[in-house]
Amino acid sequence: MSNPPTKVPSHNPLPNKERVKLPRQRVPEQEPQVRAHNFQEVNLGFPEEQARQESLRCIECSKPGCIEKCPVSVDIRAVIDLILAGDYLGAASKVREDNALPAITGRVCPVDDQCESGCVLGKKGEPVGIAYLERFVADWERETGQFGSPVSAPATGKKVGLVGSGPASLACAGDLIQMGHQVHVFEALHELGGVLVYGIPEFRLPKEIVRHEIHVLQRRGVVFETNVVVGKTVTIDELMQDEGFDAMFIATGAGLPRFLKVPGEHFNGVYSANEFLTRVNLMRAYRFPEFDEPLYPCTDRDVIVVGGGNTAMDSVRSALRLGARSASIFYRRTLVEMPARKEEVHHAKDEGVHFEMLVNPVEFLGDEKGNLTAVKCIRQELGEPDDSGRRSPVPVNGSEFVTPCSVAIIAAGTSANPLIQSTTPGLATTKRGYISANEETLATSKPGVFAGGDIVTGGATVILAMGAGRKAAKSINAYLTGLVVVPN
Amino acid sequence: MFEIVEARTLARGIKLFVIEAPRIARKQKPGQFVILRLDDRGERIPLTIADADATAGTVTIVVQAIGKTTMLLSMLEAGDSILDMVGPLGKPSEIENFGTAVVVSGSVGTAMAYPTARELKRAGNKVISIVGARSKDLLVLEEEVRAVSDETYVVTDDGSYGDKGLVTDKLKELVAAGQVNYVLAVGPVPMMRAVANLTAPSKIKTMVSLNSIMVDGTGMCGGCRVLVNDSSQFACVDGPEFDATQVNFEVLMQRNNMYREQERASIERLQADPEAELKRIRDSVHSHECAAEAAAVSHE
Ligand SMILES: Cc1cc2nc3c(=O)[nH]c(=O)nc-3n(C[C@H](O)[C@H](O)[C@H](O)COP(=O)(O)OP(=O)(O)OC[C@H]3O[C@@H](n4cnc5c(N)ncnc54)[C@H](O)[C@@H]3O)c2cc1C
Ligand SMILES: Cc1cc2nc3c(=O)[nH]c(=O)nc-3n(C[C@H](O)[C@H](O)[C@H](O)COP(=O)(O)OP(=O)(O)OC[C@H]3O[C@@H](n4cnc5c(N)ncnc54)[C@H](O)[C@@H]3O)c2cc1C
Ligand code: SF4
Ligand code: SF4
Ligand code: FES
Repeated sequence: MSNPPTKVPSHNPLPNKERVKLPRQRVPEQEPQVRAHNFQEVNLGFPEEQARQESLRCIECSKPGCIEKCPVSVDIRAVIDLILAGDYLGAASKVREDNALPAITGRVCPVDDQCESGCVLGKKGEPVGIAYLERFVADWERETGQFGSPVSAPATGKKVGLVGSGPASLACAGDLIQMGHQVHVFEALHELGGVLVYGIPEFRLPKEIVRHEIHVLQRRGVVFETNVVVGKTVTIDELMQDEGFDAMFIATGAGLPRFLKVPGEHFNGVYSANEFLTRVNLMRAYRFPEFDEPLYPCTDRDVIVVGGGNTAMDSVRSALRLGARSASIFYRRTLVEMPARKEEVHHAKDEGVHFEMLVNPVEFLGDEKGNLTAVKCIRQELGEPDDSGRRSPVPVNGSEFVTPCSVAIIAAGTSANPLIQSTTPGLATTKRGYISANEETLATSKPGVFAGGDIVTGGATVILAMGAGRKAAKSINAYLTGLVVVPN
Repeated sequence: MFEIVEARTLARGIKLFVIEAPRIARKQKPGQFVILRLDDRGERIPLTIADADATAGTVTIVVQAIGKTTMLLSMLEAGDSILDMVGPLGKPSEIENFGTAVVVSGSVGTAMAYPTARELKRAGNKVISIVGARSKDLLVLEEEVRAVSDETYVVTDDGSYGDKGLVTDKLKELVAAGQVNYVLAVGPVPMMRAVANLTAPSKIKTMVSLNSIMVDGTGMCGGCRVLVNDSSQFACVDGPEFDATQVNFEVLMQRNNMYREQERASIERLQADPEAELKRIRDSVHSHECAAEAAAVSHE
């Protein structure tokens, strides 16, 4: 997948010592006080001139740390040079060689752990705004409507079924159709895109962008069928035996919400982040009554969100936009350990989200009607590092306190949805219920069946899911052309 | 798109629909349900599969109009289409030869319990159906139920048909006679709770079908959670049928009231201009049909 960085003649007129003096461009954003009350995109993206200015900062390293740190090794240095050459479409195509959904990753990649963390400029000052540039070229391509469908290989007559329509499947579909196979995607929900549409809110990733990518795939011949829960509506075996699918790719995500298993979680007003975000994003409850989906009221009430990941940030910022009087993050570790993207944490702070660190709920309290009234928490202190290398929180005896709130959203992680595993004989799973797949080939224990994305790794990132989709496409192609694919 | 091939009113506010859905028709088992959505702005609601014809590729649902979505659905006719329908969801009813099985149902619950009663009969049970309704004009599928039951008792609250009283009066007699091995109750929560309380002392295996509020129906949101044996269970994947003695009915009722205010507002909006809402869902279905065609053509 990873291309060796190509040497390109530089289009940067500045000497290196001038480049490093240039300040990082600030991306235009909606003002915090304004955006805290609407669901429109917060980050407005670089205009052309700023994209060029930011590109000028890159010193074109001979061993680019940025590329090393990108999970799919996008040839960032070459992309930046193409921007400087004014060839934005060429730059977009360059990104697409390794990354099928650049308008999406340019918005949601956790760059502080990935590409930007490897940028040499970050050692002394601020790294190049790589994601912003990636987004710029992808948006340019989409907005100018110049996206040329790549020519597909001649039809092979082979049929591949993909389960789920999240980033893993979308990337896989793009590659398989290019290779000349028939591609049919099955999705359980009524809308396509997986977490990109039901989880990540409009203000961070407009649905229009996801829809565009899906249209492009449709135009290229990928067939999408919504309202099919594989394992319920039809099984993997039935698809392969009765409907003629030659291979299958399972990318069903890590869909099950984890609750805290503390008393009172049944009270009205206690939500899993999955339900809260699904109601808000997929069902557009933020536009009630224009849309029918109701939401337990947040307006003028106190909302707390338990957790410290992207899901928690998305929930708390959504609550704020729904008119919450106060919206708080309750996290059992500290800001340093918080897994959310740094940009989202900053955005949340600017918008007025309150952060309560080192606390853990022990009980939810409610009234006689069953409505949530408060949460009882215990304070934590950090002890020894655990398996993940993070210092694990330890409760402080006698430190319990009660905070009134009307809505509590639990963003404590997810686990594997067992629907397919339990209805597919011969499909091996891990101890925690995820599908076992060979790391290199993504082949499962069942011949012709491949799996990737969150259903294999557990909750991870968009770019890793997409990378898995592309890896699977390669193996599936090999399998369909009669090569031996190492199974798990 | 799922075309309605037949639509007819069964009783006051209760309508039956036969809908083309070949995949669901092939797979469904008694006790399972579908989730449907009428238009782009609609919510997703669960409805039990009351019958199915695998050869014709159709499923039957029976709907009681109680809120915005069910009222709108009830305005549709044969020839209309449902935008989204997914299923079969939930675990099928447990079917075995228990001996004597009593199926207790109230109003629209009769349509939900009917396929299970039929399967219980096929499995060799002596099936006794107790069908309840507030009054005669709310009774559905009486003939169908009689056809698959060894004995059928009809009770109405107001005595307008059958015996006057509650389904539990009849059940109490049967339990007292000591002949009952299995009970399934499907209907309003207070009715199911009364059945649970009634059979608990005798230790007769009793199942209830819980109608909690759902969104996705695949275990993804946890909104449908019910307290069973003091732990959270997801009605859409762990149920909808649960052991009656373990169910916390109080919590179920409280959770079902969660959106009462919004539901009332939605009904008012619908009633202000039902024709406009109906047009909206028909337009929405139509535009999806056009988009699907366009996608197919652009690839040719
Ligand atoms: C709220 C939230 C915010 C996030 N923010 C970020 C971020 O900023 N940056 C980042 O990189 N990552 C983020 N992530 C993580 C990222 O979204 C996931 O890692 C990624 O979407 C996984 O992709 P996937 O294709 O494996 O599965 P998913 O995106 O989960 O898609 C799986 C799809 O499969 C469908 N499905 C499930 N079961 C079945 C079945 N039996 N039959 C048919 N269809 C089925 C589901 O409905 C779903 O549409 C976030 C996640 C969440 C929940
Ligand atoms: C597994 C299952 C099977 C069902 N089968 C049938 C059936 O065969 N026929 C039938 O008439 N009804 C059935 N119901 C009930 C039906 O789903 C509700 O009547 C319907 O959702 C009400 O929607 P509404 O917009 O018309 O009313 P609303 O005004 O929204 O609500 C009225 C009542 O319905 C309940 N309700 C609201 N939204 C939902 C939702 N998304 N999911 C579940 N309940 C909700 C609420 O508790 C509320 O008290 C079933 C419910 C479940 C869970
Ligand atoms: S895909 Fe993500 S990590 Fe890679 S370059 Fe793009 S933004 Fe950076
Ligand atoms: S590490 Fe930074 S400076 Fe070096 S090539 Fe990558 S983006 Fe440019
Ligand atoms: S309806 Fe979402 S988990 Fe059951």
